[in-house]
Amino acid sequence: MLTAFGKGGKFTVLTIWLLFTVFPIYWMGLTSIKPKREVNDLYYIPNSGATLDSYRTLFRDYAFGIFLRNSLIVSLVASFIVIGLGILGAYALARYEFTGKSQIMLAFLATQMIPGLIALAPLYLLMQKLSLLNSLIGLTLCYVGGMVPFSTMMLRGFIQRIPPELDEAALIDGCNRFTALFRVVTPVALPGIAATFIFSFVQCWNELFLAMILIDSEGNKTFPVAMRSFIGGYWIEWGGLSAAVMVGIIPTVIIFGLMSKFMISGLSAGIVKG
Amino acid sequence: MSATFQGTTRKRPASTSRMLKALAFLTPAAVMILIFVFYPVIRTVQLGFQNFNLFDQTNIGYNGLENFRKLVEDPNFVRVLKNTFIWVFVSLFFQFTIGFGLALLMKKKFKFIGIYQGLIFIPWALSGFLMGLVWKWIFDESFGVLNDALLKLGLIDTRIPWLSNGNWGMAAVIIANVWYGVTFFVIMILAALQGVPTEMLEAAELDGANRFQTLFQVIIPYIRSTLILIVLLRIMWITNFPDLIFGMTSGGPAGRTHIISSWLIEKLTFDADWGAASALGLMTMLILFVFTLFYLMATRLEKESGV
Repeated sequence: MLTAFGKGGKFTVLTIWLLFTVFPIYWMGLTSIKPKREVNDLYYIPNSGATLDSYRTLFRDYAFGIFLRNSLIVSLVASFIVIGLGILGAYALARYEFTGKSQIMLAFLATQMIPGLIALAPLYLLMQKLSLLNSLIGLTLCYVGGMVPFSTMMLRGFIQRIPPELDEAALIDGCNRFTALFRVVTPVALPGIAATFIFSFVQCWNELFLAMILIDSEGNKTFPVAMRSFIGGYWIEWGGLSAAVMVGIIPTVIIFGLMSKFMISGLSAGIVKG
Repeated sequence: MSATFQGTTRKRPASTSRMLKALAFLTPAAVMILIFVFYPVIRTVQLGFQNFNLFDQTNIGYNGLENFRKLVEDPNFVRVLKNTFIWVFVSLFFQFTIGFGLALLMKKKFKFIGIYQGLIFIPWALSGFLMGLVWKWIFDESFGVLNDALLKLGLIDTRIPWLSNGNWGMAAVIIANVWYGVTFFVIMILAALQGVPTEMLEAAELDGANRFQTLFQVIIPYIRSTLILIVLLRIMWITNFPDLIFGMTSGGPAGRTHIISSWLIEKLTFDADWGAASALGLMTMLILFVFTLFYLMATRLEKESGV
């Protein structure tokens, strides 16, 4: 196939896909720096008139700083807790044989068949009961619960690949199972842990519907929820909107860009083999 | 090494205490899952058979199959199912084919492949909702860059009403979804391809197989169970991915681009009819469950991979 189409063909196809992939982001970036009058000018070429006004408006007039902060706190805290709980559970599933283990694993996998959207109404009612509506703590707890099953299975895959002799040796040296896990196993599993962490951070950062239903007050909105109210009207101001989109995607793009190699091996290992 | 290993084996405590230890490690995760995943499912089952409107909580109570009847009799119902079917399988077809093709092209390392991967994998890290807004801007009938480009290239004479017409709307959201979802297939298929033993490929070459034969008779059979699994995962995922549609059309115009999950969100937020929304969620689960059974039977996945 490749012979019929040659090396040139291969790189043409790869380049076309690359352009298609980055175009929407490039286009948003370009729109975000156009002066207001020229937002609808499709042939705008950045010149001395290019401006960061759209960005300034976001932070000065719409308090996007607060939304970013909320998103950052929720995503970071949820991901840390997920990793903590996930490592403990994954260790048990990777290292112990016990009755009911396969049933527990099946229950973990079964959660992946449940559409997250059906949990929206019940979680609202639950948070209402716990007086955690409209609270970042409530939102964080829900995120943790939703992400623990997948992260645990992913981490289990990584821990399983570490030879058990390593923790056996640590046990001989006077560690108990718990300290062996944190002093010996965790450091070796670090690349896998990092991949799992980024995976859950990205999920939280991008989550819209649960945050939309649970969070009501301006001061507690996460970034996607704020974006939704930002576009609420019929009239969309594309300059401001594209600046906001850029601000919203930059964190995950940077993290992913820095760690992509890591992520790719981590994700595929976790999903395909886990 | 083997001596120390045996030493610890001998010292292993009785199996009940080992089980307790394992359970202690598992408990925090299990508690979270019970509260935030399994309890909501039970509650959804309950809500699905109840009259429950968030704005009017005066007459909450069981109403049998009333919610399901309301949904099935809704004039949008059949179209939503049809749209879901089209959304899932057309998106999947292009995501899979393009993803597979790109993975094959990227199998052999080339200069800058690291940077290339980093760039084309970006959509995976982006918010579906925000990217929906971006695509909305690109597909805009009057000011969008796509219509302008098509006009300039002479491919169309009049602007396409991308987002104000149901059929064009479905095409637009599916194009955006293909853009969004190819990444997943490239990552997964590339990983699977790299697991194909080189000896097998060399043997095929020695036997005089051409590239097509190698692909269809060696590579695809070898990674078949992975392909079957990721396609299944993806079907479920795309069914429950209303984010892009939410950003682009919110299901509009007049509900013409709703799929089952975006319709559920509308029932939940706009109508505040949580009984109907829950019933719709239950239907989604049931459909996916039945589909999975047939899919696994048809592909006989369990026989080959032991899942």
